[in-house]
Amino acid sequence: MKLLLDKAHIEGIRYYDVWKKNGGYQSVEKALKMAPEEIVEEVKKSGLRGRGGAGFPTGLKWSFIAKPEGVPRHLVCNADESEPGTFKDRYLMEFLPHLFIEGMIISSYALGSNTSYIYIRGEYAWIPDILEQAIAEAKAAGYLGKNILGSGFDLEIYVHRGAGAYICGEETALIESLEGKRGNPRIKPPFPAVQGAWMRPTVVNNVETIATVSPIIMIGGEEYGKIGVGKSTGTKLISACGNLNKPGVYEIPFDLSVEEFIFSDDWCGGIPKGKKLKACIPGGSSVPILPANLLLKTAKGDTRLMNYESLADGGFATGTALGSGGFIVLDEDQCVVKHTYTLARFYRHESCGQCSPCREGTGWMEKILLAIEKGKGKLSDIDLLWDIQRRIEGNTICPLGDAAAWPVAAAIRHFRDEFEWHILNPDEAQTHNYGIAHYADPLEIAV
Amino acid sequence: MADVPNFKVTIDNITVEVPAGTTILEAARKIGGDIAPPTMCYYSKLKGSGGKCRTCLVEVSKGSEKDPRPMPKLMASCRTTVMDGMEVKNITSDRVKDARAGVVEFLLINHPLDCPICDQAGECKLQDLGYDHGKAGTRYEFQRRTFPKHNLGDKIQLHMTRCILCYRCVMTAEQLTKKREHGVVDRGDHAQIASYLDQHLDNEFIGNIIDVCPVGALTDRTFRFKNRVWFLKPLNAHRDCPTCSGKVTIWNRGDEVFRVTARKDQWGEVEDWICNECRFEKKKTSDWVIEEVSPVSRHSVINQNKYFNLDKPKETIDEIIGKKPRLFLDIHNVSKVNEKNRDLSMIEGPANSKDFKNKQQ
Repeated sequence: MKLLLDKAHIEGIRYYDVWKKNGGYQSVEKALKMAPEEIVEEVKKSGLRGRGGAGFPTGLKWSFIAKPEGVPRHLVCNADESEPGTFKDRYLMEFLPHLFIEGMIISSYALGSNTSYIYIRGEYAWIPDILEQAIAEAKAAGYLGKNILGSGFDLEIYVHRGAGAYICGEETALIESLEGKRGNPRIKPPFPAVQGAWMRPTVVNNVETIATVSPIIMIGGEEYGKIGVGKSTGTKLISACGNLNKPGVYEIPFDLSVEEFIFSDDWCGGIPKGKKLKACIPGGSSVPILPANLLLKTAKGDTRLMNYESLADGGFATGTALGSGGFIVLDEDQCVVKHTYTLARFYRHESCGQCSPCREGTGWMEKILLAIEKGKGKLSDIDLLWDIQRRIEGNTICPLGDAAAWPVAAAIRHFRDEFEWHILNPDEAQTHNYGIAHYADPLEIAV
Repeated sequence: MADVPNFKVTIDNITVEVPAGTTILEAARKIGGDIAPPTMCYYSKLKGSGGKCRTCLVEVSKGSEKDPRPMPKLMASCRTTVMDGMEVKNITSDRVKDARAGVVEFLLINHPLDCPICDQAGECKLQDLGYDHGKAGTRYEFQRRTFPKHNLGDKIQLHMTRCILCYRCVMTAEQLTKKREHGVVDRGDHAQIASYLDQHLDNEFIGNIIDVCPVGALTDRTFRFKNRVWFLKPLNAHRDCPTCSGKVTIWNRGDEVFRVTARKDQWGEVEDWICNECRFEKKKTSDWVIEEVSPVSRHSVINQNKYFNLDKPKETIDEIIGKKPRLFLDIHNVSKVNEKNRDLSMIEGPANSKDFKNKQQ
């Protein structure tokens, strides 16, 4: 069942005329006849969870927004999609900008925001133009501006281009950057829902979350809540990449199993050249990596499904997280040490440098991992890495510290013998890689 | 502010009553002693400071009377306000001790540890922190990050290699002067304090950034390498200054004024900001009316007997280099500083070659 990408195949859907002809902006018309509180209630009923990574219930987040008299409120859309492996928001904004604008209008109306912002990452250089064109078209059609559809609700949407920083995807750093300051995360509390952009109550939501509000209004929160499994309601966009036959953006139902998603021809179509699955990061680079055996089956032996609960089953010891849906698959030819080093280098480069554990720890981890990768490591380095990540995790201002620590921790937890092999066989490690670990339980797939 | 209710907060089993809105750190400072968490970036005089260095992390074992759940993460005590009935563990928590040791290690991995040639040595917060919570050895085996030195005008030198990015100087410039002329550029471990195109910092209160710097990153160019702080006698003095309060501490040796700083309280924080003229220009005893000898805070590393029973590294220099070093002048034999049970305050000055010659004869 497709709720977001159901019209994505129609040619020219990016433009207002085609979008309108295919039932566009009905949700806005429906929503503006409702009271803002009713919309919040619908979203609460739908059980929609934030699609940016943390999975926090959106309706609950909206109900936290402070409503002091005479102070404007803001909706800020977090389009700073910088997590390596995640590109679902890009797809939405590039091909279905009007769905996204619809969601922005409804969400702004529900929150009482008369000025909403889309903070888009600098690397998406061409997408702001698409969005601005969509905003101009919507404005010309009377869905934006003063007194929208005679409801008395005014709304302006501005697109703000970021300068290319992963840290600006953190909501308070995003707000700082939006204000024109250095993108350093703020210390919470106060939370943005109380004091956000320009010290006004602000809600920051992911692109996919906001876009999903439109179908929720169309089919009703209760109906939406029936789709999916347990607390994972609705559908989710997954951006699959890595060693896959058909990488791309997929809208999945939450009862899909991981095995089917990777190997079924309806979805990713298996791994090229009949190679074996080694490991996978199911939710963007910061969630723990899982070896093939734990990825396809939980520690209890149940089939692992693509949803928040099932992927997190077993905690970080034997599970992972759905995160933002950046599904990275590694086949048997990939080296976990090198992969972990690449991620550590990314986090070192993107750490804002504000708080000391993250600033110094990420650089330290990168240097150790580089030494191991180059065959100059020691066995004690593995324990040292573990100690460093343990002391970064949870002790930083923002979740970037955790995001930097988890991949390293998971790689050591699940692939320790690959690290040891790298250190004990430095020459061999430069010429070929470890292959599949004996515990990785490779699946035999008929080519 | 009479209607602010008082909250009871228990820190390390000591209960203290503080007005609502107080931070855990301020409550702990009210108790004082070892209960007060160390701070590297927090500065009570600067708005919005704190939360960055993570040395003041504490464990909140009971959120409040109403909501007794413990907080899952360690909290930065400088930015967490107290709730009624809150229970906090600082030095009684192993988690806190471990995290703090981690933070000290992180702060020191890229620090040059050039204390022997650093002007801040003896009054350095990082030195104190390292002695109090750090380990003797390091596990860091890579090249340390370095930056070239910069002169921020003819009075202040920036030695970025030593910086721990506490942002205090940025906040001081932001809040004390009309126009901030320096800030943090770049990010991550290559973030640095810099002024736009190496411009001079030019403001009559900018000298205060030297005082707020917890390490030797910002030093007074009129004082650099002139003397060690422990050979100087701090005296509270004042003068009629048209721009500032004129209440300062002058650091004398004999009759000579080596440097002028603002007066600091027991937490090492400036009491009254002073202007550049007082700090850099008035270097004669006759410029000042001397009030009293400043109470020397006992937190400093150089304070005698503070680290009396400290474990020293077992390896000697001989063991490390594999032979006895050939010394041009064995200062350790003649220096009075190294004698056992020596009262450091009784020493007149550093050992010099004259002492050496006397001993030879």
